[in-house]
Amino acid sequence: MFLQRANRVHAEFRVGAAEMWPQAPGMAAWGLMTGVAMAKSGMGMLEALFMALTVFAGSSQLAATPLLVAGAPAWVVLATAFCVNLRFVVFSLHLRAYLAHLPWLERISHGYLTTDMTYVLFTRRFQHPATDAAGRRAQEAYLAGSNSVTWVSWMLPSIVGVVLANFIPTAWGLGFAGILCLLGIQCSLATTRLRLLSAAVAAIAAVVAYALPFKLNIVVAIAVAVLICLGAEKLRPAPVGTAA
Amino acid sequence: MNADIDFHTLAIICGLACVTVLTRCFFFLSSKSWSLPAWMLRGLQYAPIAALSAVVLPEIVMAQGHLITTWMDARVFGAVAGALLYFWRRDVLLTIVVGMAVYLPLHLGLGW
Repeated sequence: MFLQRANRVHAEFRVGAAEMWPQAPGMAAWGLMTGVAMAKSGMGMLEALFMALTVFAGSSQLAATPLLVAGAPAWVVLATAFCVNLRFVVFSLHLRAYLAHLPWLERISHGYLTTDMTYVLFTRRFQHPATDAAGRRAQEAYLAGSNSVTWVSWMLPSIVGVVLANFIPTAWGLGFAGILCLLGIQCSLATTRLRLLSAAVAAIAAVVAYALPFKLNIVVAIAVAVLICLGAEKLRPAPVGTAA
Repeated sequence: MNADIDFHTLAIICGLACVTVLTRCFFFLSSKSWSLPAWMLRGLQYAPIAALSAVVLPEIVMAQGHLITTWMDARVFGAVAGALLYFWRRDVLLTIVVGMAVYLPLHLGLGW
């Protein structure tokens, strides 16, 4: 598993942890805000804690929360979370070469715990998958060290946020922090013109189709935005190599 | 906030945890080598920003199911301030802090 002794005692475990520590305050603040936003959404404290402990993906938690509270059907909540998480699908294509040699459960537990930040730092340190056993062990140890720091510095503030938020009146509107957080991530994704187009189309479609039942406006907006962007690519070829 | 546990919600949350595993492990769930069609992989890069935009925008510009007709809405000012700050400093945390610093006085002080 990811906390195997062989990983923990390896020198790379500490390297992975040391490279992640500078990101910890940012993750902690974001985790705290996510906890507060979930608890202020109208979800029960137990549900919010359960969500924080199991889902372990800030943006999908924040996107799913208003849908859950509005009583959207399960498939709409799950489809929305899946779309928000699609960047991980692209990461997994990249990480495959690093993890494919591991047994299933170890592969999956590493994958589950690997967030955006670990992915970026891991692929920065190891630009090519190792070809021998020692190199693979080093990469696995680094990943385990990095993920341990991420998990602790995200999870503890998240739980504190959920618990403390229940003592703060809803009328203060602190849940808006969750929307701002999603907005910030949205801005960070706006790296190409076609992605900006995708955001604009989805925003308009989501507002126009708002009256649809079950929050289907979100699913419709994603589909319309992706199709229009794929169409726009044909008009003006997108720069190559954007898949990662 | 309600104290009793809603099992339907808990089931959806378990589903969300599965979505986390499914997306983060997508291409190594099976050890067989496989790939998505190229157009689908290209389409993938437009979906996350579309999903966020579709969730976020209605939360900012709509109230009770209708487009807001007044500019006196604290959410609009908070969001614009947050977005501008993001493009200036490239920091999500700062986006939240400044967005809230604009939103809270307008919302609590002026009742917007």
